[in-house]
Amino acid sequence: MAKDVAVIGVGQSNFVRGYEGSIRELAFEAFREAMQDAGITNKDVDASVFCSAPEYDKQRSPAGVLAEYLGLIPQPTFYVETVCSSSSTGVKVAYSMIKSGLHDVVVVLGFQKMSEITSAESQERMGRGADIQWEAPFGTMMPAYYALYAQAYMAKNGLTHDDLMNVRIKSGTYGQINERAVYRKGVKASDFDPNNPDARMAAPVAWPLRVGDACANADGSSCIILANAEKAKAFSKKPVWILGIGAASEAVNMASRPDFSKGLSVGYKAAEQAYKMAGIKPSDVKVAEVHDCFTIAEIMAYEGLGFAPMGEGKQLIREKATYKEGRIPVNVDGGLLSKGHPIGATGGSQIRTIVLQLRGEAGPMQVPGEPDIGLVHNVGGVGLYGNVTIFGR
Amino acid sequence: MGFEKFGRKSFTGMTKTAKFVDLLAEGKIEGTVCKQCGAKYFPPRADCAACLSKDMDWFEMPKKGKLETYTIAYYAPYGFEKDCPYTMGVVEYDGGLKLFARLSGDLKPEDIKVGMDVSIRPIKYEDGQLSFEITKA
Ligand SMILES: [Zn+2]
Repeated sequence: MAKDVAVIGVGQSNFVRGYEGSIRELAFEAFREAMQDAGITNKDVDASVFCSAPEYDKQRSPAGVLAEYLGLIPQPTFYVETVCSSSSTGVKVAYSMIKSGLHDVVVVLGFQKMSEITSAESQERMGRGADIQWEAPFGTMMPAYYALYAQAYMAKNGLTHDDLMNVRIKSGTYGQINERAVYRKGVKASDFDPNNPDARMAAPVAWPLRVGDACANADGSSCIILANAEKAKAFSKKPVWILGIGAASEAVNMASRPDFSKGLSVGYKAAEQAYKMAGIKPSDVKVAEVHDCFTIAEIMAYEGLGFAPMGEGKQLIREKATYKEGRIPVNVDGGLLSKGHPIGATGGSQIRTIVLQLRGEAGPMQVPGEPDIGLVHNVGGVGLYGNVTIFGR
Repeated sequence: MGFEKFGRKSFTGMTKTAKFVDLLAEGKIEGTVCKQCGAKYFPPRADCAACLSKDMDWFEMPKKGKLETYTIAYYAPYGFEKDCPYTMGVVEYDGGLKLFARLSGDLKPEDIKVGMDVSIRPIKYEDGQLSFEITKA
């Protein structure tokens, strides 16, 4: 496995409801932390890449505006978008820019201020979240799409609502100890009990998915600073190397999708490429971040990434194998479910978690045994885009 | 023009496949087939990505298929709230074609099962919008 491009700095804002500032100020929060982490100044940065889901931004072409605010002009800057996977796509682009020899140090900044628009505007945009010509006219929205996968998967593989609930309980376990998470409360089985009048998580959203199966919206930013081998060794005592990258796309329309019971094709296709490039097996991964925008998505990711055989993902949650002390810890920062999902910032935040884990700096969330290989699985849309990135010390 | 008549609420009026809506008005649910290479598409397309041909014909979708998956929506995006709850699903046909639509409102949740035989039919809403839905076979 080649060690050509490394992460030398990571940063993340608090993930919050209703950030009290503008997008440039939000971006600064993650940028400041990542620059201080890397121990570099803006003169050391050769280029920047900005990532978000543009339908939430009032600002047109935000890259130039944010680059100026962060002191990254006159260096080149541009914008990258793959909805919820925008910032891991940004990291893939930055990797290519460095690997080609064009630039030595590149900043990737993911941000999303979901509260930038009113909830009425947000409701209107939700209706246009997929194929506006052939599907939106039926009244589709994000939870309904994941529910189609959940229904087919549960019918075939014997996955139960309790299994889904247990994914949410695991997220709550770690959301409680992650001071950057938007949802800091623990989750109990009684929160999903339809007979409990206080159980806010039991109500159906898009059957078979319930309120508690869905991730939390949030405002937030993330920043990943990448460098070539020479600069990484000069700047960083603990560089974390990119060992493998895989990426795939899939048809937007559900009528053009392969077998729903097998999960998102972009997940398993991107994983295969990333493992091949890194020259490792799924069992070599010591800690992972997967795209749990819904509980079902985490179960499907277990299988797509090869942590469990197809149809057997439920065993990992039943055996608590994806807890911090388990065989393959997954989303021990609370995941999208508890940490929150500020769309454009999510991939960068997942990468930050893995980098901190590999450096042994994850605090109360640290996985024991000094993990040396970590994986990030980040999906855009309903499996429209998917990135799998493998990191090592 | 013409496509603004499609669905509960259309988001676009302009497409070269707008004839789909005229066909719905005639009681037909049709996809497109490439005259050059024979590739079949549903939802319909004006262009063939397999061979780059723009020479397409219409063909009628099969009546009988199996329900691959479904969901019952208890929340709806802006403009669809009054329909809640409503059910949407994917039909799978022999030969690889699939179709996405709402399920007919006369199907009760307890009657809907993954893998069940289903059919499809065109529908007209009270405001004149045209669509199609999945029904019991
Ligand atoms: Zn053709």
